[in-house]
Amino acid sequence: MYPELGQLALILSLLLAVLLSVVPLAGALTGRDSLQAFARPLASGMFVFTALAFAILTHAFLVDDFSVAYVANNSNSMLPWYYKFSAVWGGHEGSLLLWILMLIGWTLAVAIFSRKLPSVMVSQVLSVLGMVSVGFLLFIILTSNPFDRLLPNVPADGQDLNPLLQDIGLIMHPPMLYMGYVGFSVAFAFAIAALINGRLDAAWARWSRPWTTVAWSFLTLGIALGSWWAYYELGWGGWWFWDPVENASLLPWLSGTALMHSLAVTEKRGVFKSWTVLLAIVTFALSLLGAFLVRSGVLTSVHAFASDPERGSFLLALLGITILASLTLYAFRAPVVHVRSRYGSLSREIFLLLNNVLLVSATMLVAIGTLYPLVLDYLDLGKLSIGEPFFNTTFSPLAVATGLLLGAGIFSRWKKTDGGWLARKLLWPLAISLVASAAVMIGYGGFAPWAFLGVFAAMWVTVATAWDLWDKSASRKGRWHGLKRQSRSYWGMVLGHLGLAMVMAGATVVSNYGVERDVRMQPGDRAMVGDYEIVFTDIGERRGPNFTAQYGSFNVYLDGELVTDLHPEKRQYPVGMSVMTEADIDAGLFRDVFVAIGERISDDAWAIRLQYKPLVRWLWLGSLVMAIGGFLAIADKRYRVRVRDEEAVKSGEPAVPGKVAEAST
Amino acid sequence: MKRVLLFLPLLIAVGVGVFLFAGLGKDPTKLESVLVGKPVPEFSLESLDNPDVKLDPSVFQGEVSLLNVWAEWCPSCWDEHEYLMYLAREQGVRIVGLNYKDQRENAFRFLNRLGNPYETIIFDPKGTLGFDLGVYGAPETFVIDADGVVRYRHVGVVNQKVWDEVLLPVIAQARGSS
Amino acid sequence: MRLLPAFLAVLMMLSGPAIAEVSEVYDFDTRAEEQRYQQLISELRCPKCQNQNIADSNAPISKDMRDEVYRMMQDGASNDQIVGALVDRFGEFVQYKPPVDNRTILLWAFPAIATIGGFLIVAGVVWRARRREDEPPLSAEDRARAEQILASQSDKADRR
Repeated sequence: MYPELGQLALILSLLLAVLLSVVPLAGALTGRDSLQAFARPLASGMFVFTALAFAILTHAFLVDDFSVAYVANNSNSMLPWYYKFSAVWGGHEGSLLLWILMLIGWTLAVAIFSRKLPSVMVSQVLSVLGMVSVGFLLFIILTSNPFDRLLPNVPADGQDLNPLLQDIGLIMHPPMLYMGYVGFSVAFAFAIAALINGRLDAAWARWSRPWTTVAWSFLTLGIALGSWWAYYELGWGGWWFWDPVENASLLPWLSGTALMHSLAVTEKRGVFKSWTVLLAIVTFALSLLGAFLVRSGVLTSVHAFASDPERGSFLLALLGITILASLTLYAFRAPVVHVRSRYGSLSREIFLLLNNVLLVSATMLVAIGTLYPLVLDYLDLGKLSIGEPFFNTTFSPLAVATGLLLGAGIFSRWKKTDGGWLARKLLWPLAISLVASAAVMIGYGGFAPWAFLGVFAAMWVTVATAWDLWDKSASRKGRWHGLKRQSRSYWGMVLGHLGLAMVMAGATVVSNYGVERDVRMQPGDRAMVGDYEIVFTDIGERRGPNFTAQYGSFNVYLDGELVTDLHPEKRQYPVGMSVMTEADIDAGLFRDVFVAIGERISDDAWAIRLQYKPLVRWLWLGSLVMAIGGFLAIADKRYRVRVRDEEAVKSGEPAVPGKVAEAST
Repeated sequence: MKRVLLFLPLLIAVGVGVFLFAGLGKDPTKLESVLVGKPVPEFSLESLDNPDVKLDPSVFQGEVSLLNVWAEWCPSCWDEHEYLMYLAREQGVRIVGLNYKDQRENAFRFLNRLGNPYETIIFDPKGTLGFDLGVYGAPETFVIDADGVVRYRHVGVVNQKVWDEVLLPVIAQARGSS
Repeated sequence: MRLLPAFLAVLMMLSGPAIAEVSEVYDFDTRAEEQRYQQLISELRCPKCQNQNIADSNAPISKDMRDEVYRMMQDGASNDQIVGALVDRFGEFVQYKPPVDNRTILLWAFPAIATIGGFLIVAGVVWRARRREDEPPLSAEDRARAEQILASQSDKADRR
C-alpha cells in the first residue's frame, strides 16, 4: 500500500513541477503578479510530495519490505538499521530519488531565502528549476521507479547492500556530492532567468554568488568524502584514481571554482558578464554530464551503476534539451557590448581572468581525458586507457601554475596594481616560501623537481595569504581588533586558499614520499615501511553482524618503540558472496601507516600490503577547510539583500550595475 | 561577428553529444583481441588426454576451428557446455579445447559429467598459452581459420544468440576466404 | 553508488582457479628495483576488472601479469619492452598511459594549447582595456587617426 502512495506522491510532484515551470514564468513574462504568486506555494508543494516519496521508500527499507524490488535488491534483514537507512541511496533508483529530493530542496530554499528579491526574477528562477525537476521526475517515473513491486513472488529476504557501501563514508558521500551537483542548478537558473529578461547585471551576480559558493562547498565535501572512503575502504590505499566517475565529479568542481571567482569580478566590477553566465551554464551542464556518465554505462568505471541503454538515452535527451536550449538562449541573448570599465594589466580583474583560464583549461583537460577513449573507439582508432600517468603529467603543471598565480593575485588590487609595488610585495613571501620548501625537501630526504614545485606552490599560497591577512588586519586598536574587522567573506577566501594549499601539499608529499610495499609475511615476520617496522603477530577469526572475517594483528614500531596495534581484516559476506578487504590505518596529522591483508599465499603466509602515507590527511582536512571557507563566505553581512534594491526593481527602474557594485565594496 | 563566437559553446556541446549518443548501448568493457589477423602464438603443450602427446599450432591447420578456453572451476563454462555439445554434434563445428589453469582429474570429471565436444584438448595448467592469447577470464572462444590465423575472439558464454549473430558470420567468412 | 565492484568481486570469487599458486610477492635485489616494479604495475590496467590497475586487482589475470612483469624484469627487460609485451597480448587498453602518436597528439598537447590560447585571449583583453584607458590623453592627431581606423573597421591592424 505505502509504495503505491510513494509513486503517487512522485506523480503529484511532477504535476506541480509542470505547473511551476509554466505559471510563474508566464506571470513574469506578462507582468501578472497573480501568476507569479504561485511560484512559492508550488515549490513548497513539490517539496512536500517528494519528501513524502522519500520517506515512504525509507520506511520500506526500515521495515524490510522486500516486495519492493529496489529494497529486495539493495537490503537484507540482517543489515544494521543505519545501513538500511543509507541503503535508500545505495542503488540507481533510490540515489536518483535523493538527487531529486535535493533538487527540489534547493528550489524550496530559493523560494524561502529570496523574499527580498524582485518577484519577476524569483518567478523566473523557480520556473527554470521547475523545468529541471520535470525532467528528472519524468526520468524516475518512466525509467527508474524505486517503488516497483515484486508481486506476487515476494523474496524471503533481500540480496543485501553491496558491502563496499556498508560504511559511514558512503552514508555521507552521495548526499554531499548531490547537494553540490544539484546546487549548481540554482546558479544555472539565475543565469537563465537573467538571460531571459536581459538583466545580466551586478545584482544578478550578487544573487548567484552565495548559491554557487554553498553548492561548491558541498561538492568539495562530497568529493573529499569519496576520496577518503576509497582510501580506507577499497583496500588499496589510493585516494584518487582518475576514474571516469571521479573525473565526472571533478569537472563541475573545477568549473564551479572558476565560476565563483568570475562571479566575484562580475559582482564587484560589472565586467566579464558573458563569460560568467557561460560558466554558470557549463557548470550545471557538467553536473548533468556526470550523472549521465555514471548512469548510462558509456564508460567503464568502478563506481558506475548497472548500465541500461534506455536510461542512458533518456538522460542524454534530458541533458541535450537542457544544454542545447540554454546555450542557444545564451548565443542569442548574451551581451556582446563592452562595459566601459577600466582595468590595467596587473589588476585583480586580470589575475582572476588568468585564474579562470587555468581552471577552465584544467576542466577541459579532465573532460577530454575522460571522453577521448569514447571518441577514439567511435572512430575505430582503438581502445585506449587514459589514467593516472596521463593526468599526473598534464594536470600537475596546471595545478602548480594556479597556485603560483594565486599567491601573486592575492596582493593585486581592483582596477590597477602598480607593478613595482607588487614585485616588492612578493619578494619576502617568495624568499620565505623558497626556504621553507627547501626545508621540507630536506626533511623528507630527497629532492624531486615536481615535489619541490608542488610544495613550493603550497607554501607560496600559504605565505601570501598569511601576509595579506597581516597587512589587512593592521589596526591602531591592536591586531585582534584588526582581525575581527575583516569581513566573513574575506575570512572565507583566506580559508579557501589555505585549504587549497593544504590539499596541494598533501597531494604532492604523499605522491612523492609515500612508500608502498607488497610483502610476503607469516606470523612472526617483520617488515619495514618508511621508518616504521611492522611485526605480524597473529591471525584470527571473528564474526560480524552479517559477515565473517579473518583478521591479522600487527604491531607498529618506530625507532624500537611500539606505536600502535593494527588489525586489518578480510571479510566474507555470505549473502552477496563477496569478499572485502578492510585495511587498518594508524592515522596521524603528518603520516598514516596502512596495513591490508591480501591473498593467502600458503598455509601460514599472506601477501600483506604496507603503506607509509605522509600528509595524506591533509587532502581531506584541506578540503574541509576549503568547504568551511565557503560556508563562512556566504554568512557575510552583505548577502542579506537590502530592501532598497527590491524597491528599485519593482518600481520599474533598471538596476544600475555600478550602484550596486559600489554599495558592496 | 562577436555574436557568432557565442555560438561556439553550442557547437562544442552538439559535438560532444554526438559521441555520447554513439557510445550509448555499446559495451565499453568489450575488448577486441590484438591477435585478430595474426597466427596463433607458438606453443608446445601436452594433450589433456595423453601427457605424452605434444600439441602445437599445427592443430589448427586445414579447417576452420573454434578454440574454446575452459576450466572446471569456471561456472560460466558449465553453463555454455551444453551449447558447445550441440555445436559439435549437430552443427559439425570443429572445436579445439584449451583447458586453462585446471587440474587433469577435475577436467576429466567435468567432461565425464557433461560430455566432450572437443576434437582435441590442449592442457595448459599454468595458463601460459592462455596468457599469450590474451585470455583474461574463461570462458573465451576464438575463431581460427584454416591457416591457423585468429579471426575473432568472443569473451563470455557462447549461446544461440552469440552463435547466430557473432560467431557464425565470422566462421562463414573464414570458410569462404580459405 | 558503486555497485560494480561487488559484482566483480563475486565474479572473481567464482572464477578463481583452484590451485594454490606459488609466492605472489616478489624479492628484489634493490629498493630501486622494487619501486620500479611498483610503478610498472600501477600503470598497467587489469583487462578483467577494468577499473583497477594490476597492482590493486585481485583477479587471477592480474596476478599472471604481475608475474610476467617480474619475470621480464629479472631477465633485464626495459620498461618499454615489458609494457610492449603485455600490449602485444592484451592490447593498448592495458596501458594507463596512452602512447604519443597521431591519434593522441591532440590529447597530450591539449593543456598547453588551452593555456596558451587562453593567455593570448587575456592578453587581447588587456590590450583592449589599456587602449581604452589611454584614450583621454590621446593627442588630437592620434584621435583622428584612431577614428579613421575605426571607420575603416580594421582596428586590428593598429599596433601603434
